[in-house]
Amino acid sequence: MKPRHFLPHPLLSLCLMVVWVLLANDMSLGNWVMGAILGWLIPLLTQVFWITPPRIYKPFKLCWFFLRIIGDIILANLEVAKLILGPQSKLRPAFVEIPMLLEDDLALTMLASIISLTPGTVSADLSDDRKMLLVHTLDVKDEAHLITEIKTRYEAPLLEVFTCSTT
Amino acid sequence: MNIWIEGLVSFFLLAGSLFAFVGALGLYRLPDFFMRLHGPTKSTTLGVGGMVIASLIYFGARGEGISFHELLITLFLFITAPVSAHMLAKAAMQQKLRINENTSGKPWDQ
Repeated sequence: MKPRHFLPHPLLSLCLMVVWVLLANDMSLGNWVMGAILGWLIPLLTQVFWITPPRIYKPFKLCWFFLRIIGDIILANLEVAKLILGPQSKLRPAFVEIPMLLEDDLALTMLASIISLTPGTVSADLSDDRKMLLVHTLDVKDEAHLITEIKTRYEAPLLEVFTCSTT
Repeated sequence: MNIWIEGLVSFFLLAGSLFAFVGALGLYRLPDFFMRLHGPTKSTTLGVGGMVIASLIYFGARGEGISFHELLITLFLFITAPVSAHMLAKAAMQQKLRINENTSGKPWDQ
């Protein structure tokens, strides 16, 4: 058996092991071993279903990006709470189309999820050619501003992490 | 248990409940389906987050060792909430649900 078939997704295996230990809520050696066995077996048995994961060129940038996302999620909650409690007639909801530069499946999924979790936006649909993302916003003052914000704040770091471009 | 820790736990519990309540209120108050989607995807994440932090502090302070498995709730929520919101939005567009008249832009034909 070739090594890449023996351990098809090392990162996924590591995640599964950590999740197992957290689920058991017990840091003993036995649990780490059990986690390691599960982390090895599950990706091995399900590898026909997995897409090829993209290469991560800048892992530290990705970690930093996740921390910023968590900060943004907290702000998003406050923002949406304010909009819900405020007067309903003043809200200006909109469907906005955002052109996408990302091409990888996983990166697109991450961007769509992040958009759903951050200030006042839910990603509604991706066009068939994967060039446009339809986003519903709860309250928008300036659509062009929203588009540039999503592109610079979320899409640009993801592009940098996954495709090694310098934009 | 220390009074300060109890205060901290209560604070996070109350803050969490408040956000969960606002999310539920949004589900009830907002005028159309697409706007209602915003309540459960956002406000509830912080609601659950607050309660998870309270649980971490409470069980951490009881001296039975720190427990981290509450953090997994947040992880699973972050993975599942956007996906379900996305599927709901797609289904709503296919059903051509009524859209609030203030909405600018159009949903796509499915």
